[in-house]
Parts: sequence; C-alpha cells; structure tokens
Amino acid sequence: MSPEFLYTLEVILNGLMAGVMYSLVALGFVLIFKASGIFNYAQGVMALFAAMTLVGIQNGQVPFSHLINAVFGTHIHGFGWTLPAFVAILLTLLVMILFAYLVERFVLKHLVNQDPIILFMATIGLAYFMEGFGDLMWGSEIKVLDVGVPQGASFWLEDFTAGWAAEGSEYYGMYIDKLDLVATVVAIALVVSLTLFSQYTKTGRALRAVADDHQAALSVGISLRKIWVIVWAIAGFVAMVAGIMWGAKSGVQFSLSLIALKALPVLILGGFTSIPGAIVGGLIIGVGEKLFEYSIGPMIGGATENWFAYVLALVFLVFRPQGLFGEKIIERV
Amino acid sequence: MNKGAALSSGIDTGEEILSVRNISLSFGGVKALTDISFDLLKGEVRAIIGPNGAGKSSMLNVINGFYHPQQGEVWYCGSKRKSLKPHQIAYQGIARTFQNIALFKGMSTLDNIMTGRFTHMRSNIVSQAFWRGPAEREEIANREKVEDIIEFLEIQAIRKTPVGRLPYGLQKRVELGRALAAEPVLLLLDEPMAGMNIEEKEDMSRFILDVQQEFGTTIALIEHDMGVVMDISDRVVVLDYGKKIGDGTPDEVRNNQAVIDAYLGVPHE
Ligand SMILES: Nc1ncnc2c1ncn2[C@@H]1O[C@H](COP(=O)(O)OP(=O)(O)OP(=O)(O)O)[C@@H](O)[C@H]1O
Ligand SMILES: [Mg+2]
Repeated sequence: MSPEFLYTLEVILNGLMAGVMYSLVALGFVLIFKASGIFNYAQGVMALFAAMTLVGIQNGQVPFSHLINAVFGTHIHGFGWTLPAFVAILLTLLVMILFAYLVERFVLKHLVNQDPIILFMATIGLAYFMEGFGDLMWGSEIKVLDVGVPQGASFWLEDFTAGWAAEGSEYYGMYIDKLDLVATVVAIALVVSLTLFSQYTKTGRALRAVADDHQAALSVGISLRKIWVIVWAIAGFVAMVAGIMWGAKSGVQFSLSLIALKALPVLILGGFTSIPGAIVGGLIIGVGEKLFEYSIGPMIGGATENWFAYVLALVFLVFRPQGLFGEKIIERV
Repeated sequence: MNKGAALSSGIDTGEEILSVRNISLSFGGVKALTDISFDLLKGEVRAIIGPNGAGKSSMLNVINGFYHPQQGEVWYCGSKRKSLKPHQIAYQGIARTFQNIALFKGMSTLDNIMTGRFTHMRSNIVSQAFWRGPAEREEIANREKVEDIIEFLEIQAIRKTPVGRLPYGLQKRVELGRALAAEPVLLLLDEPMAGMNIEEKEDMSRFILDVQQEFGTTIALIEHDMGVVMDISDRVVVLDYGKKIGDGTPDEVRNNQAVIDAYLGVPHE
C-alpha cells in the first residue's frame, strides 16, 4: 500500500472518531425533539454542566464554595476526598436526572401547547441559566477531567500498521488517539443499549409512542410529563458521556458547550427526528471536514474545519432540505 | 395498574356503568355540547349518531378526559368521577380509537398493540433497563395477550409490518387491537368504519359484536352508516347541534320525528 493511501485512511479514521462526538451531541437533540418537538438549545451546556459536575464531585469540591465563603467569610473549598471515577459518574448521573425533573417541573410543565419558537426561547434561557449556575456551583476556571480514560497515541496500532506501507517508503504507522478509540467504543455501546431499550421495554415503547402521537399515547395510559422527565434524563446522560469524552480531550471549559453548534449541521444532514440520521450525519461531517482539511485545506490557507460543516449544511438545505433520511417534502395544496 | 376490572366488578350486566349528566362544553363561542345526559349499561353497544359537527366526538373526548366540560358530571362505576387526565382515565379501564387514525406510525402492528398493554404492566424503568427477571417475565406474559388479539382480529400476516404502510382498513383494525389490548371495561370507538368498503364494514361489525359477546365489554360507538348502527347497537343516542334529540332502541330512534328532521336537514327554527 502506498503511504498516501494510508495517510488518507488515517484521516478518514480520525474523522470518524471526531464524528462520533458530533453524533453523540446530535443524538441528545434528536431524543428531545422527537419526544416533545422542542429544539433544545441547552444540549451543549448540559454537556458542559455534566462535565463540571463530574470534576467537582470527583475532586470533592464543595458546591457554591465561592458564594458560601463570600457570604459567611469562611474559607472552605473541598471536602478533602477524591472519589473513584465510577462513583463520581454515577453521582453526576443522579444530578442530571434531578436536573431533568426540575426542568419538567419548573419550565416545560408551564409551556405545554406553546409554539415551538417559545419553547426554543425557553431553552435558550435555560442554557444561560445553567451556564451561570454551573459557574456559581463549581467555579469558572478551566478544569482537568481525568476519569482514567487512556490518552495519547495507540502504539499498538502504530506498530501494527507500520509494516503496511510499501518496502522502503517513509511510513511509521497510523496515529490514532486512544481516547478517541475509547470514545468510539463507548458511543457505540450507548447507541446499541438505547436502541435495545427503546425496542424491547415498556418505557422504550412509550418513548416511541410519545414521539409518534401525543393523543394516542395518552389514550393508552402514558403520562407525557413522566416521559418528558425520562427523555431529558436520557439526553442528560448522553450529554454527560459527550462531556466526559470532550472534557478529557480538551479540558472542561466554556468552549465545550460550543460543540452543540457543530451538532446543528449534523441535524440538517441527518434530519431532526432520525436517530440513525444523527449518527450517520455526525460521521459524515467528521470525515468530511477532516478529509477536506487534508486534501483542499493547504491550498486555501487551512482552518477549513471551522466552517466546512456549516457550508455542507447549507448545500444540503438547498438541495435536500429533508435531510438524508427524511421523506421528500411535498407541499399540500 | 389498570383498575378497570376491580372498579366494575360490582356492576352486573345491564346495570349502569357510566353516565354523563348535564354536560355542557363550549369552545369560545361554539357550543359543542349543551346539557347532554345519557347512560351506558354494562355489556351493551351504545351508538352515538348525529350529523357532522353534532358533538359526537366531543362527547367521547369528555368521557376519556381529553375535554373538560364547563358543566356537568361523569359518573363511572357507581361514583362521580373527579377531574382526571386522559392517561389516568386509561388506568380506570376506558380505551378508545380515534376518528382520524392515531396509530404510532413508526411502530409495527405488534408494537402498537403491545403499547396498548401499557396500563397492565407494572415493572419500573430500572428493572427494564437492566432487563432482569420481573420485567422480562412481564414482557413475555403481555406479549402472549397481544398474540391472542392479533389472532382474534385475523391480522397475523401483518404482525411485523410498520403500520404506516398498511392500507386504511387494516390500520383501523390495528387501532381497534391496540384499544382491545387494554382489556377495557368501556371501549369508545369513533367512526371505526368510516371510509371502509362493505366487506370491511362487515368484518368490523363482526369484531365489535364478538368483543361484546366474548368479553362483555361495554361499547360506545360513533357511526354514520345507519344500516350498521341499526344492526349492531342495542341503544342509540342522537345528537344534533350539541343537543340530544333522541335516545332509545334503534327502532324507537328510527321513528322519532326530530331525528328524521335532523337527518333530512329540516331547518332549525
Ligand atoms: N378542540 C376544539 N376546538 C374548537 N372547536 C371544537 C373542538 N372540538 C370540537 N369543536 C367544535 O365542536 C363542534 C362539535 O364537533 P365534534 O367534532 O364533536 O362533532 P362530530 O359530531 O364528531 O362531527 P363529525 O361527524 O364531523 O366527526 C364543532 O362545531 C367543532 O368545530
Ligand atoms: Mg367526529
């Protein structure tokens, strides 16, 4: 095999890994949109909030310590423990479930039957609230997230592939980050288990029922409010997974919430209501932007990854507005 | 869990299972229902008829809790019902179908009907998520009930078909299946035969009568086809412009002058 081919292959693989992350965030959007027709602007902030909470809990940080110290003149900062990663993850999950409950109780419940744009505005408010609340709770400095996921080049893969190139060429093997490999495995496991859950359990069927028809769901005894709590909790769980992976890679900081913006073009490609669409859309954008940067980028000054996804989405909007998997939209007259 | 069986156990066939009393419902200026009262006896097929816009669907929506009337009471199984949400009413043993088919389009026939078992399944989300013992056993037991219904409605051939792809008549049948899966005490059918050909109507009539006879289910049926109504209903209530203009056996109603006028379009004074 020629080194060029192998480099391209490496780029594609790295693109797929990046795409997995986009897919995860887009998945959170799709879940909530399907069940309630709400475009949840706060999905990205939820990932940030989950990551911050995880770091805070793991390092035994006292929540609101700045506030407490300012008000009472104390000097508390930490409980002085470090929790094992899985305990911290479980506790974070509980926080996200509680969050889902509170969102339903204090926001959604009061906005039933409102226009989509109103619900959207409510989630913008929610996003800013959570961002500020997260800072207040855990502090706004950049945090290091370490849940023991291995990082750095996979030497095994590098050695394994080093011999693939033709004899005598300068090729030293493929570079793939272990973290990306783990993220991919976790994302696959997550999607598979969500799919199984929604196919073969009572609650899973209820989730799909609500996505299809609210009235009919009510008529068979399904409480929409309960389902909304469950959906937001699942979206919170997905956000947490995305937050952990992204946070481990580039630190827990505000920019993490911006990955949500990358999910937008994914949704345009995949369609707002299709779970397979979110996954495939994420992968296409991941691979597309890496390949584009690798092949065309150098000719036009690089940094194409900043805009490629959005332009691709624009192209899709013009030529295939229903997304990859959507039915063709035919105007009713 | 579904409390329908327990609630209705003290009521014998032929006794009142549900009654609406002096129901008035309006939407803004539109009076959909004005002072409507009638009863349903356990085990009967009770037709609700009337011209378009008479308030028939609104009546079913009041009974299953989609609409909350401004005035009037609903009595169910011997006591006055407090204001409940539709999903709570489903737990009391009331199931329904819709005038405009409301199936879960993305799901198969099997899953649609399985969703109808919702009120009979008690396992919680944690046990479902980890797919352990009780949740799995419950799933299997309910699946058997669903297979019985599929056999009863003769739709084995479309068990796994996504319902969105089925022809209209079969969709209506699946929707009946979903309602039957709840093993309802009271079954509300909003125009189950609309848009069907004669053969399909005959099948549907047969299923409705079989449900009544085999399970003793009380059925409230909205239907426009007078032939069908006269054939399968025990008693008929007639609405027109939100008012009740007739109530009795099919024969009584057929000979009622107000009913004849309403159907022939005699102008209102
Ligand atoms: N949700 C609603 N909002 C506003 N008006 C309504 C609503 N539901 C029913 N109505 C009005 O109430 C009246 C009765 O409607 P309803 O659907 O109960 O009639 P129907 O007897 O079922 O008629 P059809 O035979 O056409 O189905 C109509 O004037 C209708 O426009
Ligand atoms: Mg109607």
